[in-house]
Amino acid sequence: MPLRDLANPTRFLAFSARALPWLWGVSLVGLIAGLYLSFFVAPPDYLQGEMVRIMFIHVPFAWLAMACYGLMAVASLGTLVWRHPLADVAAKSAAPIGAAFTFLALVTGSLWGRPTWGAWWVWDARLTSMLILFLVYLGLIALWQAVEDPGKAAKAAAILTLVGTINLPIIKFSVDWWNSQHQGESIFRAGGSTIYPTMLWPLFEMVLAMSVLFAALLLMAMRNEIFRRRVRTLQLTAASG
Amino acid sequence: MEHLPHGGFILAAYLLTAAVLTGLFLWIFFDGRAQKRRLAELEARGVRRRSAGRP
Repeated sequence: MPLRDLANPTRFLAFSARALPWLWGVSLVGLIAGLYLSFFVAPPDYLQGEMVRIMFIHVPFAWLAMACYGLMAVASLGTLVWRHPLADVAAKSAAPIGAAFTFLALVTGSLWGRPTWGAWWVWDARLTSMLILFLVYLGLIALWQAVEDPGKAAKAAAILTLVGTINLPIIKFSVDWWNSQHQGESIFRAGGSTIYPTMLWPLFEMVLAMSVLFAALLLMAMRNEIFRRRVRTLQLTAASG
Repeated sequence: MEHLPHGGFILAAYLLTAAVLTGLFLWIFFDGRAQKRRLAELEARGVRRRSAGRP
């Protein structure tokens, strides 16, 4: 099926109905394999010991929190520039999932920070910019709820989303630009990863599994949003007689 | 986790993750059921979209 055909909501519903069982199956198997690798194959860290197990969920949530926002930014361009009929559906549906993943990145980071740093929270550039990302997600969800007309809400949310993209490079490079309590870049860096492969591969496995889980949740939420808009259209039709 | 130093932090991180992801899934799942039920009720009353029936 050509990608442009998915612009039709009815075709998207048919495609997603076929794709979802596969996505759930792959994410379930991937998560089981990832958890096995994280707990029984990856060794304890030489410095942090078993606490490094939190990395296998913290890092995927942090990456996906940012990737989700990037996806929403592309969808916002789709709304404002190309007027793609599913672009704002994708952006609206992704926001609560992105907020949940950002929340989990913050909380798992806090649970990792307390025994290793001695503090639940520090007003560090990386942590603060992630908190701002979480607040932007909440703001976007509130905006979608506050404006009744989906078309008007879509435009306002798209503009706010695009303004918020300024935070993504700040999150990414915060550990390079400022003195940070958070550790520096250790995976995608010049000179190669500083993480040993026995930890790196389980981490990639968890990132992959969580990404498929994210895709499954997003497709489900997008289907719901399409149905919600059909309900709204029918209610307006019924009300107008 | 008793024999692990700070095992409670690891357990809390994974349990909280499981709880939030389960909650997110259930919220999306039940929202979908509610939308489909509302749509079916409206269609049962004879309300139709103008584009209904088109491919």
